[in-house]
Amino acid sequence: MNGPHDLGGQMGFGGVHPEGEGAPLFHADWEARVLALTLCAGALGRWTLDESRHARECLPPAVYYGSSYYEIWIRALEDLLRTHDLIAQADLTAGTATVADAHPKRLTPKAVAPGLRRGAPTNRPLSAAPLFRPGDRVRARVMHPRGHTRLPRYVRGAVGVVEADHGGHVFPDTNAHGQGEAPQRLYTVVFEGRALWGVDAEAGLTVSVDAWESYLERA
Amino acid sequence: MPHDHSDHDNHLDPMEARVRALETILTQKGLVDPAAMDRIIETYSEDVGPRNGAQVVARAWDDPDFADWLARDATAAIEAMGFSGRQGEHMQAVFNTGSVHNLVVCTLCSCYPWPVLGLPPVWYKSPAYRSRAVYEPRVVLAEFGVTLPEGQQVRVWDSTAELRYLVIPERPAGSEGLSQAELAALVTRDSMIGAGLPQVPA
Repeated sequence: MNGPHDLGGQMGFGGVHPEGEGAPLFHADWEARVLALTLCAGALGRWTLDESRHARECLPPAVYYGSSYYEIWIRALEDLLRTHDLIAQADLTAGTATVADAHPKRLTPKAVAPGLRRGAPTNRPLSAAPLFRPGDRVRARVMHPRGHTRLPRYVRGAVGVVEADHGGHVFPDTNAHGQGEAPQRLYTVVFEGRALWGVDAEAGLTVSVDAWESYLERA
Repeated sequence: MPHDHSDHDNHLDPMEARVRALETILTQKGLVDPAAMDRIIETYSEDVGPRNGAQVVARAWDDPDFADWLARDATAAIEAMGFSGRQGEHMQAVFNTGSVHNLVVCTLCSCYPWPVLGLPPVWYKSPAYRSRAVYEPRVVLAEFGVTLPEGQQVRVWDSTAELRYLVIPERPAGSEGLSQAELAALVTRDSMIGAGLPQVPA
C-alpha cells in the first residue's frame, strides 16, 4: 500500500541527528517493554512478520508521523491482538483482564535464547527457472496494490540491472494477508541515481533494492 | 486548574501507562510471561550489539581467507563466529573500496542486522534518515561528519527483503600489526552501516 511508511525520497523531515554508540538503546523503560511484548506476542504464531509490518503501515499517516518508533509498534500490536481475537477492546479500556492459564505457545524464558538464535529464515526451494539473470535490464513494475508490498514507490517504473539472484524467498505481499508464503525468486536490482531522481540525482549514486520476481519486467 | 500534588505523584507518562496496561492484560491472559520479556531485553541490552560486528570486520581485515568467505557466504562466515539468528538469517557483507562507499538503509521500516549490530539506533529508524539516504546520501553523510572523496561512488542498499547488510569499511591506514582485538576497537557501529568511517589508530 502507498502508506506513510514508504519514505524513500520524501522530503520535509529535516536533518538526521546522529547518536553515538554509547547512547541508551531505549530512551524510556516502556520502549524496551514494547520490543519484548512484540516479540513475545509474535511467538504465539498467530501472525507473520509481514503481517506485523503491514499493521504498522496501516496506521493513519498523521498517527504514524506523529508517533515515536516504539509507539508505532505498540499501536500496531494492539491492532494485531484485536484482529486475532487475543484481546478485546473492553480489556484495553479496563486495563485488566480475567486471569487465564498459560497459552500453550506462551514464550518461556528458557526458549528466548534458542528462538532468537534460530530466527526465521525466509528462503524456500523453487522449481521454476529464473526469469532474469544477473546483468539483465529490468523495470520495476508500475503497481499500486492496496495491500502489503515491499516494492518502494521511488523505484516503480524505473529501469535497473539485476545484480544477484538469491533464490526463493517467502513473498510478503501474500504472506502479510494470510494467503500463504507463495515463495518467489528474489533479486538485487541496482538503479543509477539518474534513473530514480533525474537531474536532481547526486553524481555517482547507485541504489539497490531487493525485489521479488513479480515486481519486475524485462526492459 | 489548581495544582494537585496527589495527581502529580500518580502521574504516569501516557505511553508508559499504555504499555503497562497491555503487558498486564497479556500476562493475565496467559499470553506473555514477563520473565521472558526480561530475557529478551537483557539479550539486546547486554549480549548482542555492535561489538559483535566489530569482531567480524576486524577478522576480515586480518584474515584474507575469512574475508573471502564473508564475501561469498556471509551468513555462514558470521555464524561461524557465533552470531546468527533473528534479523540476521540472510546476511550479506558489502565491502567499501577506494571507488565505492556503501550505505545501508531500510526506507520501508527498520530492517537491520541484529545479530551483528544489535537493535538499530533512533536515527536509523527516523523518517529523516529513511527518506533521504536513498536521495541525497552525501548530504546525509555530511551530517555524520563524513565527507567522501569526490570521485568515490556511493552505493545505497535499501533493505526491502530479508537480506541484511553489513558494511565492511576499509582498513584504516596505520593499523598494520594490530591484533584483531585492537582492530575491532577501531570499528564503530556507524562504520558498519556506512554512516561513518572507522577510527584511525592513535
